Amino acid sequence: MADTTHTSTNTVARPRKSIKWGTVFDHTILILGSLFMLVPILMVLQTVTTPDLETIKNGPGLTIGTELDDNFAKAMFQASGFSGENTGTSMLINSLILGVGFAVGKIVIGMMAAYAIVYFRLRFATFAFWLIFTTLLLPLEVRILPSYEIVQQLGMLNTYSGLIIPLVASATATFFFRQFFRSVPNELVEAARIDGAGPVKFFIDILVPLSQTMIAAMFIIMFVYGWNQYLWPTMITTDEDMYTLVRGIKQITQDLEGTNVPEYGRANMLALIAILPPVLIVIFFQSWFVKGLTESDK
Amino acid sequence: MKSAGFTTRWLPILLLVPQLSIIAIFFYWPALYAMQSSFYLQDPFGFGSTFVGLENYSSLLSSSEYMKVTRFTVVFTALVTFFSLALALLLAVKADNVLRGAKTYRTLLMWVYAVAPPVAGFIGVMMFNQSWGPLTELARSIGWDFKLGVNFNDTASAMILVSVWKQVPVNFIFFLSGLQSIPKSVREAALIDNRSSFGRFWDVTFPLLAPTGFFLLIINITYSLFDTFGVIDTMVKGEPGNNPMTLVYKVYVDGFRGNDLGGSSAQSVILMVLVLALTIFQFRLVERRIHYT
Repeated sequence: MADTTHTSTNTVARPRKSIKWGTVFDHTILILGSLFMLVPILMVLQTVTTPDLETIKNGPGLTIGTELDDNFAKAMFQASGFSGENTGTSMLINSLILGVGFAVGKIVIGMMAAYAIVYFRLRFATFAFWLIFTTLLLPLEVRILPSYEIVQQLGMLNTYSGLIIPLVASATATFFFRQFFRSVPNELVEAARIDGAGPVKFFIDILVPLSQTMIAAMFIIMFVYGWNQYLWPTMITTDEDMYTLVRGIKQITQDLEGTNVPEYGRANMLALIAILPPVLIVIFFQSWFVKGLTESDK
Repeated sequence: MKSAGFTTRWLPILLLVPQLSIIAIFFYWPALYAMQSSFYLQDPFGFGSTFVGLENYSSLLSSSEYMKVTRFTVVFTALVTFFSLALALLLAVKADNVLRGAKTYRTLLMWVYAVAPPVAGFIGVMMFNQSWGPLTELARSIGWDFKLGVNFNDTASAMILVSVWKQVPVNFIFFLSGLQSIPKSVREAALIDNRSSFGRFWDVTFPLLAPTGFFLLIINITYSLFDTFGVIDTMVKGEPGNNPMTLVYKVYVDGFRGNDLGGSSAQSVILMVLVLALTIFQFRLVERRIHYT
């Protein structure tokens, strides 16, 4: 890196030179970096269009095949496993339920709790604050087994509530909304009180519309987080009709072992379906997403 | 709390009930349960348990396998953290430099953020496929007979590569937003003072980025310890065997597959202490951060 940046100095110092080698170098690094990110997905894209036998014989090549719709049909409607219930379609629906349910649950519960902490005179507010924010300290991964035992005792295995609610038990969204509510000017709540608005009216008519951008940013981050959950769904869902795409990926990987003609096209198609929704959301709502991500950690 | 708050009594309690009950049931109960069962030895067939004091802990600390997993976790964490931070910093500095195509580069370099770790692991398994994987062939062309899932070091390298691939985007986003928040006046002043851009980077940009870097350091350590679970689980194809694994993966394997609740809980408690220490360290850094900026 040392000499590279050096070159760009010279260009800054002498900007009239016709070819700016420093800029060329910067672009070279960025293109190499982008390729590092892109090549794996290009391989996936190539494999989903290619007949499995060709992939097995030659590996992924540079040509685009004709098997796309065939592989798509296999991925969406053909089940792996024993029960025949975990088709791509059913896994996709479960992933959507998990992603949306998790994001909505997090936002609703977080906003309510943050509103109570910031806007009310409560004797035990500080205590509640610490109770809630201690949860930021310990990720689910360090307490998986006891969490599993408890969810089992509550009879919530293989249910959507058992899948979603324990994941909601951390205070990231609450923390985020608390920071945001604190930055809302005090005059607003004073004006609302003078106008005779109660706490419920103030929340629904003023605070929620004011938080729209924040809610959108949180929704994107939380949806991606929920959609991508792996360890918890792996433990909690044993019925194949409850699998999410991300949870099913291990079985898909294992299915490729020990068969004569591994279905690479179908497997890669399922991986692609697992990747696309969160990636598209992040790309299309980039500015909200980046804002939410970099501000939530301040 | 706001100085001009509402004084209604029942409403805030009602608003707090969902959050508090969820964390009571799914956070505090399991955490305490883990601490309690770490002092017990569970009967493998489910017939009660015996209090054994610190025995679970002492047998862990004297177990050579646990030490091996700990050593691997430390090396793995250090390498993943270093490479994903260094690569992201380089790319962020370059992306901040260029004028043309800046937005396109930003998109191309950050979309992997949304890929789930196990899916990244699956793609890794494809890239390192024994008979046709592009990366296996690349390794073969330089005389490296790469065997994913068979050779310990090969599997570990592949896991590190995939984990870095997955983590670069997050670091890139934070470094870039850190770079863009450096005021223009500071940059211009530095440009007058120091004509070497390399010198400018070390004397001006790097110290200003240090708070972001410290913060990301903790984020990356936590990522390497916990979020790489999915990468590891798919890349060993569910057969831990002689393959490399991290501490979190061992909690899962021992507790969930091996039915050793006591030992697994003791491991959980050790990890909890580790994360607590990291977080406290991070909070102190965040307080320092305010003074920087």
